[in-house]
Amino acid sequence: MAAKSTLVNMALCLTAVCLICSAVVGGAYAVTADPIAEAAKAKTTASIARVLPAFSAEPEAGNVELDGTEYTYYNVPGAGCAIISAVSGFGGVLTLMVGITADGTIHNTAVLSHSETPGLGAKCTSDEHFMAQFRGFDPAAKTLAVKKDGGDLDAITASTITSRAYALAVANAVAVFNKLKEEGGRAHE
Amino acid sequence: MEYFLIIISAIFVNNILLAQFLGICPFLGVSNKLSTATGMSGAVCFVITLATVVTYLLNQYLLVPFGLEFLQTIAFILVIAALVQMVEIVLKKISPSLYQALGIFLPLITTNCAVLGVAITVVTKQFAFGGAAPHMLNLAQAVVYAFATSLGYGLAMCLFAGLREHLAGNDVPKAFKGLPIALITVGIMAMAFLGFSGIV
Amino acid sequence: MSKWHFVTDGFIKNNPTFVLVLGMCPTLATTTSAMNGLEMGLATMFVLILSNIVISLIAPVVPDKVRIPVYITVIATFVTVLQLLMQAFTPAVYETLGLFIPLIVVNCIVLGRAEGFANKHGVVESALDGLGVGLGFTASLTVIGIVREILGSGAVFGWKFIPGDGILAFVMAPGAFLVLGFLMVLFNKYLAKK
Repeated sequence: MAAKSTLVNMALCLTAVCLICSAVVGGAYAVTADPIAEAAKAKTTASIARVLPAFSAEPEAGNVELDGTEYTYYNVPGAGCAIISAVSGFGGVLTLMVGITADGTIHNTAVLSHSETPGLGAKCTSDEHFMAQFRGFDPAAKTLAVKKDGGDLDAITASTITSRAYALAVANAVAVFNKLKEEGGRAHE
Repeated sequence: MEYFLIIISAIFVNNILLAQFLGICPFLGVSNKLSTATGMSGAVCFVITLATVVTYLLNQYLLVPFGLEFLQTIAFILVIAALVQMVEIVLKKISPSLYQALGIFLPLITTNCAVLGVAITVVTKQFAFGGAAPHMLNLAQAVVYAFATSLGYGLAMCLFAGLREHLAGNDVPKAFKGLPIALITVGIMAMAFLGFSGIV
Repeated sequence: MSKWHFVTDGFIKNNPTFVLVLGMCPTLATTTSAMNGLEMGLATMFVLILSNIVISLIAPVVPDKVRIPVYITVIATFVTVLQLLMQAFTPAVYETLGLFIPLIVVNCIVLGRAEGFANKHGVVESALDGLGVGLGFTASLTVIGIVREILGSGAVFGWKFIPGDGILAFVMAPGAFLVLGFLMVLFNKYLAKK
């Protein structure tokens, strides 16, 4: 049965256990560090491939600040720019990746994570009519808002708040794209 | 304003028991009587708030600077376990009456996943309230969130204990006796709480 | 003398979900579909078997007063290893189950088996017990997941056989409590008949 407790053996035992456990966790970390980084990269590349036309160049990641919020973007030479944009949805944070081609039109959008209501707001990941509206959308010619708010997008039935949030996330991404373009333009001059 | 939204969201919309399913074991275990339910809620409230402060600081000033975020689980649970022990000892010394009320629940709290759940959530998840841009919580917001969450825990716990006291006297079919009827009751309560979704 | 009863006990007699009523949080939270339930069960089983083995080995030399912190450290180590492995090789699953993977640390089943079984039994029995309880947990979660998926989205393991939306309440929070409650009734009926 269990050993008798004395200060010495308690301290020894705890130290030994902590040392061994740290070694195990450290070892596991060392072994998995590369696969984890690769898995994360593969996921990002897959998302970028969904929102931009086919590309072969390596995406370059960058960060830009707009209105006090930090945005991550991936510049893909020859294809366009993929921007990660998060907004507050109906049930929590709604994170999108928005692909914008060099001429400023939206190529496609993809939901990276959401916590919308199943069967209602969560349709933003499956409602073909809703998602198709963003493909080839030209923000210079049309307004990125649902029709209720005077825009050009049909909302998902019974999920106006989610649709609004989605439109806002895309609009924010477009704003980020315009800022990047401006800065890029200045840098090239 | 944002603090107000955090509080409403944590208590009603994302109620930790009825929407996030954290801390269910003690919820089912000690909700037979209203008096024990209030005692447990008090203890949970105290520990969640304290643990969130400590783990938030630990994460911010030790784990993140050294790139050791992968140790969050192990570091947090050990800190929480030690903290609960310490609270028990301190409480015994300085306030025997409070210890009498909360003491027996304290050892149970280490393995209450609500405590670890909230501690991990506030340092890993982005929050968005009332249309504001999503962001990580700062220390003050984390504390308010943790405290409000535990109030939500207490609210659901006490409501349920009240219902359960009535259930005990009712004649339910034999196979439903005890936990099954209790779970079905919680299900109906959770449905009522769904009505809050989307208000912030 | 067969040791297989350690495995079968965990399935029916000591079923962690329906009889012992332990580990309710992942049971309710991750069973929105059959696949999620299955994955959560397997993840818990991984930790359960390994921690049972290690704890049965070290129990004789661990001083009594520090045994709980030691067990928690051992369990937390395996959970962290599991988190790292899942992030590396099954990132999509890790994302779906989210918070409930680190929360295996505080799953009362794991510490309960460590304290109630592994520290009094040998390595082989403890490993088998971990396997049995783990399988029982996995089976329960999968069954709850199947019921919720059929009612909530008209599908099983993602294979849709009823068109349309299904009764959405069942994939949301209330459905979890209701399905578990009614399944527990059926389990009680079955046990009473035996």
